[in-house]
Amino acid sequence: MKIRAILSVLGEDRVGIVAAVSAALASCGVNIEDIRQTILSGVFSMTMLVTVDEDACPFDRVQAKLAEVANDLGLQITLQREDVFRFMHRI
Amino acid sequence: MLQLSPEEIAETLTMITQQHFDIRTVTLSLSLTGCAADSVEAVADRVYDRVARSAEHLVPTCERLAREFGVPIVNTRVAVTPVAEIAPDGAGDLAPIAHALERAAAVVGIDFIGGFSALMHKGIGTADRALIASLPEALSSTERVCASVSVASTRAGINMDAVLLTAEAVLATAQATAARDGVGCAKLVAFCNMVEDNPFMAGAVHGAGEPDACVNVGISGPGVVRAVVQSLPEDADLTQVAEAIKATAFKITRAGELVAREAASRLGVEMGIVDLSLAPTPAEGDSVADIIEAIGVKRCGGPGTTTALALLNDAVKKGGAMGTSSIGGLSGAFIPVSEDAGMSRAAASGALTLEKLEAMTAVCSVGLDMIAVPGDTPVETIAAIISDACAIGVVNGKTTAARLIPVPGKRPGDTAVFGGLLGSAPVMSVSEWAGSTLVRRGGRVPAPLSSLRN
Repeated sequence: MKIRAILSVLGEDRVGIVAAVSAALASCGVNIEDIRQTILSGVFSMTMLVTVDEDACPFDRVQAKLAEVANDLGLQITLQREDVFRFMHRI
Repeated sequence: MLQLSPEEIAETLTMITQQHFDIRTVTLSLSLTGCAADSVEAVADRVYDRVARSAEHLVPTCERLAREFGVPIVNTRVAVTPVAEIAPDGAGDLAPIAHALERAAAVVGIDFIGGFSALMHKGIGTADRALIASLPEALSSTERVCASVSVASTRAGINMDAVLLTAEAVLATAQATAARDGVGCAKLVAFCNMVEDNPFMAGAVHGAGEPDACVNVGISGPGVVRAVVQSLPEDADLTQVAEAIKATAFKITRAGELVAREAASRLGVEMGIVDLSLAPTPAEGDSVADIIEAIGVKRCGGPGTTTALALLNDAVKKGGAMGTSSIGGLSGAFIPVSEDAGMSRAAASGALTLEKLEAMTAVCSVGLDMIAVPGDTPVETIAAIISDACAIGVVNGKTTAARLIPVPGKRPGDTAVFGGLLGSAPVMSVSEWAGSTLVRRGGRVPAPLSSLRN
């Protein structure tokens, strides 16, 4: 089963954030569909639309992998199914 | 590709991380009609099997949904057919069925199980009497079992015999749990116009008009709404306040709708309803009283409180009604005293009284909720308070309820501590001029003319 999800990353800007996050996603077979990234007053903020292939790697294992990255780099990373945002903001 | 704006994504994340946005409860509602048998032991065995088997996947499914959506699900619960309806003829003590419910709840890992209940709004059957008599034992020897009684309805009027029986059960249950400030009464609620699909405790039951099994969801608490109201400028007028609450209620209801659909589909049962109630928790900021104060009342309970609550309740319903077509349950703000830090604070300061809470009942769903009263309050006074709440519900064609906790050995000004989500509350003073003769007359207060709608 393929799940579309929103990945958001928030934290102090530093070298290697995009590399670490995308490496973690690639190792789980997660495809990146779209990326938006900004830095606001030194705070790194990135939003990704990704597709998790549950046959390759279950959703909770992807989350666990991202939690490791968040821990190593001191970031806040969340991975949530896309439909929760769509449901809340669109009729 | 990314059809959502970063602002919308950020808003949802802020709601979750800073404003207590969550799904308050997912309740699996189960029919027990197949569990009827001719001895209490046989009923208890069947009830255990039915609940343990049917609710086996409830907790893991909710945990998984919470992870995937990134939205916490605070409580997972089960509601069952009112037990008095499946009790065998001539049964004495029904507590063994409560024990079976408790064991089943423990084995599937849920927080509460509701439905140790009796419907007596028009008449009291032998099984109803047996259930009421079993309440003190059932509620003092279990942690998760919740009980409710229906004592009045717009179509039947107020069954004062049932009200008095309930008041006696409330006092006996308080005595049976005296060592813990009468906490057993926190799991016992008396209803007028009881609803059949309520996901909230202590009043959740699986009603007669429901399918074999379904999932009912209660939406998030007041934290998000309070944050939105507080963020409005000081000079925002009341129409703008109502608009802001409506927009927020829509968003949190949509999340509830999504969780209800997914949970039902994964558990292989029907989707029931989404309850649009704001249910507070003792956590700081997750309080209906705080919203009332943010709208502009100096302290909850002061003049203006009923107006603010009416505005809040209506705006939540209007926003929520766009978010789901499956509205049900109680769908109105809860104003429990012990479970709402702001209410508890207001009561302790004397701003909020029992009489004001009764007035507030007229404009929201569940009124006299989680109120600690002195342990020596006479049974007639307890009954009269319950019947006053019922009168408001009967005449106005709405649900009302009373969940009173006479705290043994405590006086007004003392504090009752129930722990966890049940919170703590100051013991409130009760008028000494109760209608003792009124409630002792018994019989039924006839249904009002408004019942003749056909």
